[in-house]
Amino acid sequence: MPAPWQEILKKIDDYRWEIPQSYKQGMLVPGLIFANEAMLNHIWEEQVFQQVANVAFLPGIVDHSLAMPDIHWGYGFPIGGVAATRVKDGVISPGGVGFDINCGVRLLRTNLTEEEVRPKIEQLVAELFVNIPSGVGSEGKIRVNKKELDEVLTKGSPWIIEKGYGEAEDIVVTEEEGCMKGANPDKVSSKAKKRGIPQLGTLGSGNHFVEVEIVDEIYDRDAATAMGINEIGQVLVLIHTGSRGFGHQVCTDYVALLGEAVKRYGINLPDRQLACAPINSPEGQDYLQAMSCAANYAWTNRQCIAHWARECFIKVFSKSQRELGMEQVYDVCHNIAKIEEYTIEGKKETLCVHRKGATRAFPAGHSDVPNIYKNIGQPVLIPGDMGRCSYVALGTEIAMKESFGSTCHGAGRVQSRSAAKRSLRGADVAQALAARGITVKAGSMASLAEEASQAYKDVNEVVDITHMAGISRKVVRAVPLGVIKG
Amino acid sequence: MEKDFEIVNHTADVSIIAYGADTSQAFANAARALFNLITELDDVAEILYRDIKLTAPDQESLLVEWLNELIYLFDIENIVFKRFDIIKLNNTQLKARSYGEKVDSSKHKLKTGVKAATYHMLKVDKDNGCKVQVLFDI
Repeated sequence: MPAPWQEILKKIDDYRWEIPQSYKQGMLVPGLIFANEAMLNHIWEEQVFQQVANVAFLPGIVDHSLAMPDIHWGYGFPIGGVAATRVKDGVISPGGVGFDINCGVRLLRTNLTEEEVRPKIEQLVAELFVNIPSGVGSEGKIRVNKKELDEVLTKGSPWIIEKGYGEAEDIVVTEEEGCMKGANPDKVSSKAKKRGIPQLGTLGSGNHFVEVEIVDEIYDRDAATAMGINEIGQVLVLIHTGSRGFGHQVCTDYVALLGEAVKRYGINLPDRQLACAPINSPEGQDYLQAMSCAANYAWTNRQCIAHWARECFIKVFSKSQRELGMEQVYDVCHNIAKIEEYTIEGKKETLCVHRKGATRAFPAGHSDVPNIYKNIGQPVLIPGDMGRCSYVALGTEIAMKESFGSTCHGAGRVQSRSAAKRSLRGADVAQALAARGITVKAGSMASLAEEASQAYKDVNEVVDITHMAGISRKVVRAVPLGVIKG
Repeated sequence: MEKDFEIVNHTADVSIIAYGADTSQAFANAARALFNLITELDDVAEILYRDIKLTAPDQESLLVEWLNELIYLFDIENIVFKRFDIIKLNNTQLKARSYGEKVDSSKHKLKTGVKAATYHMLKVDKDNGCKVQVLFDI
């Protein structure tokens, strides 16, 4: 029997599937899913088509409502969704960014090899766990006052680097150089600021982590060399976190506010969580300015954590940062709305690109790609789950043409947290990982079971699809050696 | 007695369905369901209280804002709540007193970080008592 989705989707090629505009009345553009047939069965079961179709209702949306191969069921927007709206007559939607504004990934390289790190991995993981606050309700080691928080919100990671948390070189290899212009703390509620002050410099819980990993495959040696990744066995450090309670509150506040704006502007939406406002309306601009504050908060947060991670390495290996060669490869976000230029049917258009669980993937030569990567393209950092692997990829011209400079952001869940906990015990997960040489330290054993490999799609498959479809291309794969989680 | 609430797990998120003889009871049970996600309610003592007063454009929004206010208090004051007295509730206003205590890591095991209550699949159903449904981002 053919799968039920076969009657709905139009196959474009093995990796591109269109949801016709006729699928649901009110869609302004068709949907487009990057996936293979095997994945579509799961996507269908989860009713994610509905969510991709619902996003196509947003006024001013152009081309397609897009879904990356790691797509899974979210609220309002699916996770792994990309939607671009015209700035001149389109809307901006906080639900298209998500609660964890500028959740993202930062990668550090080192001069160390597996042989040097493996004998000390338990000590290193313990050190990271003590020095990087994590877990539900954790508070940071640094305390900013209200005035300093406003500096974080307007200036982003360069501000905290000036205070000694990192290197000036980190700035250029951070998306937006760690600071969204136009951030305005006056557009942020006092509630968000109250949540933000104690949580700066914390990893949080859920799927956030710091991972010590080993390069196990190099697909493009020249590109890898440009990133300072030279050999199999080299040790890297991957950091995944976002804007914590600050971003959650900004989103909460603006979903409520824009829910009212929807009525004022007479916008027809199939789901209240898609609440939005015209980009050029006061409400839309206010959200953009507040969201930019949260983005800057998140870059500062990852900057603090990267700084402490470097300190832990310095202590454990008794080497200077220069000897360790702990330079930042890149920092990229995967929950954000950005104003970007694209060519649509031969015409230049300014668009607001919503990426909710999708990573920017700009090609070589793009003006927003740092000079050191000008010839290869923007690094794309794709974390997998803690038992499998993660990837470094590069943005492409095809991404610019087909996916608004976007690609996947990770593995994507296939199993709910409780289902994972029912089928696995945290202690068993830790033991299974230990048997494979992976040291894990988590705030709670339950959170370990929730994040087990079985709960996720295979990131290898996800990344292969984006590679075959051409919206990003693989450069390096790395496998975990040690992980800390909330 | 029938159950007060149910937890429904989705791939990446979790929703709750709470029941009550009336809307006030269903709102109180929705809050208990929220804190049941965060910690074990049996471990929480009623040592302090916080008053919450809210207005919203409609009752569904009021439910979301009520739960988000509790998430906010948990986040900034580290309070886990277990009992909720809804003092006033109509279509646009809510007044409540919530009892609980500060998180004590020696007795409270924090289970899930809840980011926010959403408007997705939101329902306040008043046929035959009251049944409400909310999806949380976790």
